[in-house]
Amino acid sequence: MSDSFAPRSDGQPVVLEHSRAPENMAADKVRCEACPVLCQISRGKLGACDRYGNVDGVLTRLDTLHLVARPGIDLVPWQAARDGAWDGSLVAASGRDAPVFVSGIGSGTTYPDYKPAPFIVASQHTGVDLVTVVTEGIFSYCSFKVKIDTDRYLGPEQATVRHRGEAVGHVSTIEYGSQFLALGGVHHLTGGSKKEGRIACEMMMALGNKQSVELEIEGGARVVVAADKPPIVDGVEEQRMRVGCGSATIGIFAQQWAGHVDEVVVVDDHITGVLSEHQAGKFLDMAPSGIRVRGRKSTPGRYFQVANPGSGWGGTDITDPLAIVESWESEHGARPGLRLLMVSTTGEDSAWFVLDDDLVPRPAEMPRAVRRVVERIGENCEPSLCSVLYVAGAGGSLRAGVTENPVALTRSIKSLLVNVTCGGAPVYVWPGGGITVMVDVAKMPANSFGSVPTPAIVSPIEFTMQRDDYRALGGHMDRVRRLDDVVAAGGWRVIEAEPGVPWPLRTSTGGGR
Amino acid sequence: MNAAQGFGGAAVRRRLGRSRWHFQHGPIDCIVGVDGAEEVVAVALEQAWARFEGVLAELVGELPLLRADFSAARTPSVGAHGAVARRMLAACRPYAQAGTFITAMAAVAGSVADELVAFFVRPGIVRAYVNNGGDIALHLGTGQTFDVGVVADPALALAGAPPAGRFAIDAGSAVRGIATSGWRGRSFSLGIADSVTVLARSASVADAAATIVANAVDADDTGIVRAPASSIRDDSDLGERLVVRAVPALARSVVDRALARGAAEARTQIDAGRIIGAVLSLQGRWRVVGTVVGEPRLDVADGSSASSPSRVRAERILAVC
Repeated sequence: MSDSFAPRSDGQPVVLEHSRAPENMAADKVRCEACPVLCQISRGKLGACDRYGNVDGVLTRLDTLHLVARPGIDLVPWQAARDGAWDGSLVAASGRDAPVFVSGIGSGTTYPDYKPAPFIVASQHTGVDLVTVVTEGIFSYCSFKVKIDTDRYLGPEQATVRHRGEAVGHVSTIEYGSQFLALGGVHHLTGGSKKEGRIACEMMMALGNKQSVELEIEGGARVVVAADKPPIVDGVEEQRMRVGCGSATIGIFAQQWAGHVDEVVVVDDHITGVLSEHQAGKFLDMAPSGIRVRGRKSTPGRYFQVANPGSGWGGTDITDPLAIVESWESEHGARPGLRLLMVSTTGEDSAWFVLDDDLVPRPAEMPRAVRRVVERIGENCEPSLCSVLYVAGAGGSLRAGVTENPVALTRSIKSLLVNVTCGGAPVYVWPGGGITVMVDVAKMPANSFGSVPTPAIVSPIEFTMQRDDYRALGGHMDRVRRLDDVVAAGGWRVIEAEPGVPWPLRTSTGGGR
Repeated sequence: MNAAQGFGGAAVRRRLGRSRWHFQHGPIDCIVGVDGAEEVVAVALEQAWARFEGVLAELVGELPLLRADFSAARTPSVGAHGAVARRMLAACRPYAQAGTFITAMAAVAGSVADELVAFFVRPGIVRAYVNNGGDIALHLGTGQTFDVGVVADPALALAGAPPAGRFAIDAGSAVRGIATSGWRGRSFSLGIADSVTVLARSASVADAAATIVANAVDADDTGIVRAPASSIRDDSDLGERLVVRAVPALARSVVDRALARGAAEARTQIDAGRIIGAVLSLQGRWRVVGTVVGEPRLDVADGSSASSPSRVRAERILAVC
C-alpha cells in the first residue's frame, strides 16, 4: 500500500507546524517529528509509521479510514492486511449485521463541498437498508465547552483564558460544583493575530484528542484540563467534587450530627452554613451558639463571602478555619465547653474545637461519631473530572456533500430521520436553525481531531439514514458504495468504539419508524 | 486524519475493552490482552507501559546497527546495548552466520512483543498476548489455551464469515510466538507469499523466520512487479534490493513451485530446531509444515489443497485450504 498513497482529501493538507529541515537535509525532504524516529521523508514517500508522508514538500498526516468495530468484534488492525493475508487477530464470531461502521476519521473531505462526500456507504442493520454519508468537516465555527468539577477559584467570570500566552477562550458560568470555560471558537481562530489562531488551533486539537492542555486564567489559576481526567489547579490535582454548597451540606448531615455537636460551620466560598442558625438546626431544636461569622448574611445560617476565593478550605483562601469566626457572644449562647466542628464541603478539611473558659476555641481530638460523618461527606463526593464537549456548526456547505438540496438535510435531522454521529459517537443537535452539534469527545475514538493551516479544526461527522429517506432528500445515490466494497478496497484500520457508546448504525428513530 | 499525535511525539495508550489495551508510538502498534486478577493485571500493565514508553527511543539510538546488513557484518557476533536490540540480533544471527541476507529489523516487531509479554509472566495472570502488528508473543498459564484464527480475506471476515483456519495453542506446547510476513504486509518482502505464519518459542524468533520463509516463496514470472526498497521508502534497511509490489494471477504450477521453495526453507528451520511450524499461503493455496495443532473444523471455500496431509505431524490436524 505504501506506493499508492495520496492524500484522501482534496482539501488542504495537514501541516505539522514543528516540522522543519535540519541544515544538512536534502531540500526536497521533510523531517517528521511526530515520534523519536524523526524520519526525513522524500517527496511522495511515507514515514516509517505509514501515518505521515511528504505531499508536495509538505509533511502531511495521511491516515487510513477508521472502521469502528461493533463491541465484541475482536479484530486487530494490521495495516495493509489484504485478501490472502492473515490479519493476525484473535478472531471472534460476528453476526450478520454490518460488524463495522465507517467513521469520518481519516475519510478526508471533498472541499469545495459541492462534490459528494468521500464515502457514502450502504449497509444493513436489523434488516434495514441504511446509508451513511461519511466525511471530515473543516470547521472554523467550532469550540469546546469545558466543565471542570471544582470549587476552587479559577478566575473571574468573563476573564480571558490563555494557552502559551495567547488568548484562546474565556471563563463562563459556574454551575453546581463546576466551573465552565468556553474555549476556541472562530473569534480566536481567525479574528486575532496569526499566532493567536495557530495556538488556539493547537489547543483545540489537543483538547479534542483527549490530551492535557495547560490554561492560564487572567487574574486566576493555572489549570490543566483533559477530557475525562481530574483537573489540576495550580499544580494540585482535584480529587472530589463538593457534596453540595455549605448550606446544602448542613441540610444533608444535620440529623447525623445532632447530639454530638453544639455547632457546625461548613466552610464554602459560595454559601457557608452554620448549623445552629440554619433551618435544619432549628428543626432539631439546637440551642444558639453565640457564634458570629464573617461575611454577608443571606438567610438564617447561610453566609456569602466569608473569605476571598482561593484554593484553601471549601474554595476559599483560608487555611485556618477560625479566621472566618469574628467572635463568640455569651449573651447569645456562647459557653465554655461548647463543641464546634468546622468542615469543608468535600470533607477534605476538618477540625474539632472546644471553647475554653475564656470562650476561645481550643483544638481537640474529634470524637469518632463526628469523624464518621465527616468521612461520609467525602464518600458522597463524586470524583472531580473535566468534561470536554465539542460544538460545531455543520450547517454550511458541507451539507452539499450529502445532498443537492442542503436544507432538506437540515430538516431531516430536525425531524429525526437522520442520525448524526461524530466518529461514531452520539451527538446532541441543538434546536433552532442550522446543524449545530455537540459531542462528548471522551466518547469519540482517540485522535479524531486534526487541523488545517487556515487555521481550522478537522473533525469527523457521519449522517446515517434509511436508504429510501436518503433518496427522498436528494442524496447522491450514484455515489453509494456497499460496505464490503469499501472494506475490500483496503486502506482502513479497525478501531473499537469507546465503552458505553451506542452503535451508530441506526436511524434516530431506531429504524422502526 | 491529521497531525493528531501531538508535537511531543510521546507514546499513547488507550483501553480497548475489559482486558485489552492499545499501545502506540510512532511505527509501533501493540494490542495487549491480559486475563487475570485485576490488581495484578493493573500493576503488570503499568510496568509494561513504563517499558514501552522508552522502547522506541532506545531502538532509534541503535538504528544504524539494526538496519545494517547483518550477514555482511564481519562479526555477526556484534552486540547491541538495548535489551530489545539484543533480542533482535539474537533472532537474526543464525541466518546472518549462514550468509543469508538479513537485518536485525526483521525481528523488531516480535522482539518488542517478547519484551512486553515478559511483564505478564507472574502469578495471578492467567494468560496474556502482545500483538505487535501481527507478530504475537504469548504467555499461557497452566492449562490455558489461545484460539488463533487465520483470516484468508479480511473483507469476508468483516462480513461475518468464520476464519479460514483456526488453530489452538495450549500451555503444553512450546509455542509462545506467532509471526506473519508477506508482501502485502506493512514490511517489505523479497518473496511473493500472501502470508507466511510461523510458530516458534518466541515472537522474535518467529518474526525473523517468517521473513526468511516469506522471502523464499518466490518464482520467476515477468508479471511480478518488483522495485528497489529505497525507491519506495527512505532509509529502508533493504536498500536497493528488489521488493515485491504486485503479483499477477499465477499458473497453479508456478504457485506450487513457489510454495515448495518456501516449504523447504521452513523445513530446514524446523530441522534446525529454530521454529515449530509454519503455514504458507499463496493465491488461495496453502502449505503446512511442521507441528501445527488445529481443530479439524475449518470451513474451506474452494477445498483446493496443495499440501500433503502427511507433512502435518499432529494428532489433530489443521485442515488445509
